Amino acid sequence: MTLLEIKALSVTFPSNTGPVQAVRRVDLQIERGSIHGLIGESGCGKTMTGMALLGLAPQGARIAADVFRFDGMDLTTHAASLRGRRIALISQDPAAALNPVLTIGRQMDDVLRTHSAQPKAERRVAAVALLTATGLAGPELLLKRYPHQLSGGMQQRVVIAQALATGADFLIADEPTTALDVTVGAQVLALLRKLVAERGLTVLMITHDMDVVAAVCDRATVLYAGLSVEEGPARAILTHPRHPYAAALLAALPDAVPHGQRLAAIEGRIPSPTQPITGCAFALRCPSVMPVCHEVPPPRRGGSDHGWLCHLDGQAP
Amino acid sequence: MDLARYILRRALLSAFVVMGVTFLVFVVAQVVPSDPAALYAGPRPNAEQIEKARVTLNLDAPLPERFARFAVSMATGDFGVSYKSRRLISQDLRVYLPATLELAVSSTLLALLIGIPAGVATAARQGSWGDRLGSLGSILAVAMPTFFFAMLLQMIFASWLGILPLSGRLSREISISDPLPFITGFNLIDAMLAGRPQVFVDALWHLILPALTLAAYPAGIAMRLTRSAMIDILSRRHITAARALGLPERRILYGHALRNAVGPALTMIGLSFAFALTGSVLVEIIFAWPGLGRYVSDSILSKDFPVIAAATLVVTVCYVLMNLVIDLTQAVVDPRVALK
Repeated sequence: MTLLEIKALSVTFPSNTGPVQAVRRVDLQIERGSIHGLIGESGCGKTMTGMALLGLAPQGARIAADVFRFDGMDLTTHAASLRGRRIALISQDPAAALNPVLTIGRQMDDVLRTHSAQPKAERRVAAVALLTATGLAGPELLLKRYPHQLSGGMQQRVVIAQALATGADFLIADEPTTALDVTVGAQVLALLRKLVAERGLTVLMITHDMDVVAAVCDRATVLYAGLSVEEGPARAILTHPRHPYAAALLAALPDAVPHGQRLAAIEGRIPSPTQPITGCAFALRCPSVMPVCHEVPPPRRGGSDHGWLCHLDGQAP
Repeated sequence: MDLARYILRRALLSAFVVMGVTFLVFVVAQVVPSDPAALYAGPRPNAEQIEKARVTLNLDAPLPERFARFAVSMATGDFGVSYKSRRLISQDLRVYLPATLELAVSSTLLALLIGIPAGVATAARQGSWGDRLGSLGSILAVAMPTFFFAMLLQMIFASWLGILPLSGRLSREISISDPLPFITGFNLIDAMLAGRPQVFVDALWHLILPALTLAAYPAGIAMRLTRSAMIDILSRRHITAARALGLPERRILYGHALRNAVGPALTMIGLSFAFALTGSVLVEIIFAWPGLGRYVSDSILSKDFPVIAAATLVVTVCYVLMNLVIDLTQAVVDPRVALK
């Protein structure tokens, strides 16, 4: 069952020097109960896509889409009412996502009180249960703590508990492990995986980290310059990437290069969001570039399970 | 625990400030080029009278001894006698200080209650017409001279609309024919203690215009400080996170953002309280408010040094206490303050 369906989403900011296209054309289809990766480097529009889903794109943003549906409801009109009710955010840096001057208890209670009419004592019980569910020890004591008294991993668990407290069934996890130690990050990912299985949640995992995709994602979409350039099962993208950009991303992983050799890097830079794209967005950096790539937008190739945008037939190295 | 240690630290620091000011006041008294004995001895004294005054005032004793006596008498509230009126200064202060504190405290509260919500409201609607109007208002409040603002208020509310009294602390019918018993000197409190609600309302009515006049400047600055701090905080990630969790905007503004943003405005209002204690001479004159400002400025003109010293110390203590309250408030509002 499809929970989220997006076709041709664009987020544009009008400016004096012409439109700034933060998101050019993103397609997403996310099945209920799955973890869907949204992969890309910084500036590719992955966070802005998440913000558009939450109805929290900055003021002045123009959001357009052919299809922009969540569980049968049109997000262009319903995003604000779904936010914090069905859709919740787990943000990037948990230290920044928690209010530094309020206790954990107060911040949990604020969420619970927004979403239920329970009396205070019951909300407290619920907060303790949620903190326990995210693997935090001594939740009663934690309620009195301030964020700066917690470690990064604990903070991220509190942020997850807050997201659960909304009762949302769709979580947008925006680089949830980037600010954490690798081991702590792995624990947080395992926790998310467990919560998805136990509570039937659906997660959009925004990340630039292929290891995160490998660890938790069922399917994934690769974004480049505000365009979704490849979409398919996570395993297929990780083992047989079809789009040259996805292939280059994988080749740039430290593990992909034998020890002692220079790391592979993708030469050049992502096109600026003010720059119109005529042919293929990746043409300037693509190792397999052909003359046609600069002129004609690439066609969609592959099937419904695994598709990509490329002039090549997908036999990328 | 952190909080307790923080308060202790601030309290100790305050004690040092008070001691330092006591010392300074004493030193200044020694270097001022006027002879206290001559002033004390009355108009056109002869040498014998001056010498007698010198003995009465104990001016012959060595400096350390005199400082010790001075410090002890200040600490015990024995401020001595005014050179000019020969009245006990402590008795004068009993009358003037409550009047001034009543005005200063209520204007400080007004500044908080007007400036901070206005700052929040304009920050929440940044760039709107309301925001621009609010900014204009705050500039006017800060830039308008006190005396002009006072007269403007008197003209509108007392002369034209006739809804508020022009000046004084109480209506004449009360102060002359049926005066309040002097208990604390705060009319509002005394009226309550005496169980006379009409007098309470009358005192409150008299308080509004002078308090508003004094509040204009700190309220304007507090509004601008709150506004800019709020704009900064509202762009922080935890505010986006709170929105993404579906929290109502009101709670985000007042419950989450303001607690992070209110610090500078609180500090500023604490400072303006000190100013209101003695800097309100103009307001006291215009509104015929028998307060400390006028008492002190008169004593300065007549070089009535014991009065100046006493007032300086009393104001210092009030100010230091007010700052302790502000520091404590800051630490409660933002727990990180206690850790710094």
